[in-house]
Amino acid sequence: MEDKLIIESLSPMERSVLPKLSGDFLSIEDVSENADLDKTTALRAVGFLKNKELVEVESAEKKVVILGILGVNYLKKELPERVLLNKLSEKKSILIGEIRNVCGLNENEAKIALGTLKKKALIGIDGGKLVLNAKSSEVSSKMVEELFLEKLPMEVGEVKDLDALAFENLKKRKDIVEVEEQKSMSVKLTGLGVKISKMNLDDNLLEALTPKILKQNAWKGKKFRRYDLSSPVPRIYGGKRHFTNQAKDHAKSIWLEMGFKEMSGNLVETGFWVFDALFTAQDHPVREMQDTFYLKDMKGELPAKDIVSGVKKAHEGGIDGSKGWQYKWEEEKAKKVLLRTHTTNLSARKLKEIADTKEFPAKYFSIGKCFRNETVDWSHGFEFNQTEGIVVDENANFRQLIGYLTQFFNKMGFDKLRIRPAYFAYTEPSLEMDYFHPVHKKWVELGAAGMFRPEVTIPMFGKHVPVLAWGPGFDRIMTQFFEINDLRELYKNDISKLRETKVWR
Amino acid sequence: MILVNYGRLRFGDKMTILTVDRKEFEKKAGKVTKELEDKITMMGTPIEEVSDAEVSVEVFPNRPDLLSMGNFARAVNQFNGKGKVASFKINKPESDFVVTIDKSVKSVRPHTVCAIVKGLKFDDAKIKEIVDIQEKLHNSLGRKRKKLAIGIYPLDKIKLPIRFIGRKPEDIKFLPLEAKAEMTGRQILRGHPAGREYADLLKDMEVFPIFVDANDEILSMPPIINSEKTGRIDESTKEIFIECSGYNLVYLKKCLNIIVAALDSMGGKVYAMDVKDSKDKDFVSPDMSAEELSFKIEDIEKTLGISLKEKDVVGYLARMGIGYDVKKKVALIPAYRADILHWVDLAEEVAIAYGYDKFVPEIPEISTIAEENPVDKLKRTIGNVLAGVGLLETSSYHLTTKKNVKRMHYEFNDFIEVEDSKTERDVLRIDLLTNLLQIASENSDASYPQKVFEMGTVFARDENSSTGVFEKERLAIALADENIRFTEMKQILDYLFKMLDVEYSIEAVDNSNYIIGRCGKIVVKGKEVGLVGEIAPRVLKNWKIKMPVVACEMGLGFLMEE
Repeated sequence: MEDKLIIESLSPMERSVLPKLSGDFLSIEDVSENADLDKTTALRAVGFLKNKELVEVESAEKKVVILGILGVNYLKKELPERVLLNKLSEKKSILIGEIRNVCGLNENEAKIALGTLKKKALIGIDGGKLVLNAKSSEVSSKMVEELFLEKLPMEVGEVKDLDALAFENLKKRKDIVEVEEQKSMSVKLTGLGVKISKMNLDDNLLEALTPKILKQNAWKGKKFRRYDLSSPVPRIYGGKRHFTNQAKDHAKSIWLEMGFKEMSGNLVETGFWVFDALFTAQDHPVREMQDTFYLKDMKGELPAKDIVSGVKKAHEGGIDGSKGWQYKWEEEKAKKVLLRTHTTNLSARKLKEIADTKEFPAKYFSIGKCFRNETVDWSHGFEFNQTEGIVVDENANFRQLIGYLTQFFNKMGFDKLRIRPAYFAYTEPSLEMDYFHPVHKKWVELGAAGMFRPEVTIPMFGKHVPVLAWGPGFDRIMTQFFEINDLRELYKNDISKLRETKVWR
Repeated sequence: MILVNYGRLRFGDKMTILTVDRKEFEKKAGKVTKELEDKITMMGTPIEEVSDAEVSVEVFPNRPDLLSMGNFARAVNQFNGKGKVASFKINKPESDFVVTIDKSVKSVRPHTVCAIVKGLKFDDAKIKEIVDIQEKLHNSLGRKRKKLAIGIYPLDKIKLPIRFIGRKPEDIKFLPLEAKAEMTGRQILRGHPAGREYADLLKDMEVFPIFVDANDEILSMPPIINSEKTGRIDESTKEIFIECSGYNLVYLKKCLNIIVAALDSMGGKVYAMDVKDSKDKDFVSPDMSAEELSFKIEDIEKTLGISLKEKDVVGYLARMGIGYDVKKKVALIPAYRADILHWVDLAEEVAIAYGYDKFVPEIPEISTIAEENPVDKLKRTIGNVLAGVGLLETSSYHLTTKKNVKRMHYEFNDFIEVEDSKTERDVLRIDLLTNLLQIASENSDASYPQKVFEMGTVFARDENSSTGVFEKERLAIALADENIRFTEMKQILDYLFKMLDVEYSIEAVDNSNYIIGRCGKIVVKGKEVGLVGEIAPRVLKNWKIKMPVVACEMGLGFLMEE
């Protein structure tokens, strides 16, 4: 850069600092004092000057012994051993049990004072009593620890002889001395810096454009100071939606683009809609307390008799030639109240509504929270999201099920997909969709789907109507996009992280 | 991208893994190539792991019949078009091949089915396999022995015929497996590891079920444990007696058939037994004949969206080990399959044999109108307005702890609790502010000002709801900073309500959670919808929050009533 341009780029603080520097190193503290700037501003100015190659900076780290919290206190008052020694010299003897009271020390201090003085052979113990061994000159002269504390702060390398002994002793006691790493910085002009500093810096540049300058046309014929456009600025953070909500909004827009209506409903639900209506036997392991959150002392109501009796029949002996699960179905178990373990309860309720209104073909979706009683670790959470969907149509078939899922996942950015057989209690045929992980080179599970069994549809419609249904977990999709490898981070609400998390696009 | 293993999200089914010796398996089903691995996955048993020594697959809970090497290898061969539909030769019972179900046991454990298998050659691996099948069937089909239990006994140690009887627990005395001394029925429930594990299944019964032989020697006390003397098979065992006892004959038969099919594939000769039931009909067990299931090919075509000829269907069913009677036009379901309940199950069998990878995806031309849930729409609008004034949205769990709720609502006690939570969180949240204060408490290291908001569901008891719980949508905002004051919150609320085109007012109210004189009701159309104010120092202290916090929380119901 030309010298002139450099001068035009100098900010007021750089202009203050530059004349105070020379070809010899000067500490940053001296610079800030000479330039009459606070240290932070001086540091920033030196940083800018360094970017312009006007100064050379040397930093060093040193370890310094400083006073700890107790050290400050003891220096102000007295070390416990000094308190004890003086009291003993005054009283000649003190009962060991009385040390704390007589000297006003806490238990720990009393112990240390006693130990320290004994080690120095300044005191002795005689039949449960402390007695003074020290000569009066020894009592009146300062101990090495006292002398050392007075000298602090001191660089670790300079601690020698008696100070070293005192340092060793005090290090063992808590919070009296500490070792701190201190950074020091010194700065000198480069050749270019020397040259520029000797030139006329007062070039009458405009610092800021103000309404007054504008109004008075005072900018005419003048130059503005040039900015260093590459220098860093303080960070700001904007407000934004939680990243899981951004992801859900994105997925929702895809279902909406495909012509689906959104269904919604309660998180607290009866076993009937979560399990029974979905042909999940009452002794199925998923219904056990160790997997499902049941609400204490709560009992729900069952829906209309027709569907309840249809569901009972489907479970016990089967309908439409099915054999069912062959056991005695109990209303009480269906009345249990729980946190939904999947969003498929919404599909079940919607199905009943569609059956009653006979308004189909119909396509519905939802994305919502589900719960399961699970210990929490990096790969398990007790709350998770699921994206649910149903298509009710007399002509719905398995190929269409694959069609809808493929569309959705393609739009979500998963290109290479496959389906394979799977089993779920309430769908048949069932499938699992996988995608091919481009980095790990293997198939990874995306989600479950199938066609509702007649044991599910007949109690609702009175006959078997084909219903395509799916319920892939949604958390994997989110964690993958946001590069999260611990599920707990989804709902941790770490504000610093939330501020930095990229937006879904 | 990062791989996260979520296990099975959709259901509580725990994964059941079948691991077989690779060499033995290859003898039966051919070399395990990449191609065969893919085929096995596409058969409905996803490959878990393949090593030089072993092959592991996941077996879905509807296919307990695949839980043994023999049965699995048979299925793979059939799927590959190499095996025929299985048929089993059952030899007629010999004269003393009898099991009598006594009246005394009918009230506690009403049914048993049995078989005798001869000509077995056991080694360590085979014994392990048998024990393994037994255990897996206990857990899957047997629902942890609740529904049924299986017993296997060396025939040379027992004297036929067998009786299944009920006896008072104190009168039952025998040496159970893995025990040092004879124990009574009750002692076993208290003192034997298996007894303790399954004690709940017998505990309250007046008599306990036992199998005894012709010498009145106790064979076992189902569903708990066999006798050491008469109920341990080892390498010298060539002939065995098997029983499966429990509550539902249909399941018992399926379970026995699965074991019999596995033993048949090990080269065993199966003999039937006469089961004499004191109350119900006598029968001969096992019955390995196929079951007929009628179906229409059109139904399968319509379900799968493909065209099929009868001979295609016959071929596909055969690949799944299922027979077909051309005259009656019915499927013949093998006796060991427990999962074919209805013709839709056959549709899936056909689909699997057809090949899931061969289905061409289709989007049908049906017209439906999309529609977003209005509550979600509203929440997004509010979220965008608040993000626009620089607020960060958070998202918290619906479950919290009593302790956290009480940090602010110290008199609240009407908690809705979940049973036996595996985490410390065991109550449903009653508000959103508890979450926001927790966030403020946990983020003291993040730079200030911290301005956050959250929208979500909170819960309250409600007699009129069908679940006893009422769910409300709420919005909460919390601002934390050294210099934060009520003014800034009011500016935000003014802006939000203006954007929503809703008139609102703030009326002073005393609430001990807020600083007195700095708390107000948020009122819309004369109704209180929420509270706003500077949080009381007591509450901040409880949360160990070192900064002043101004907060508000309101229901969103008033926006939906419009």
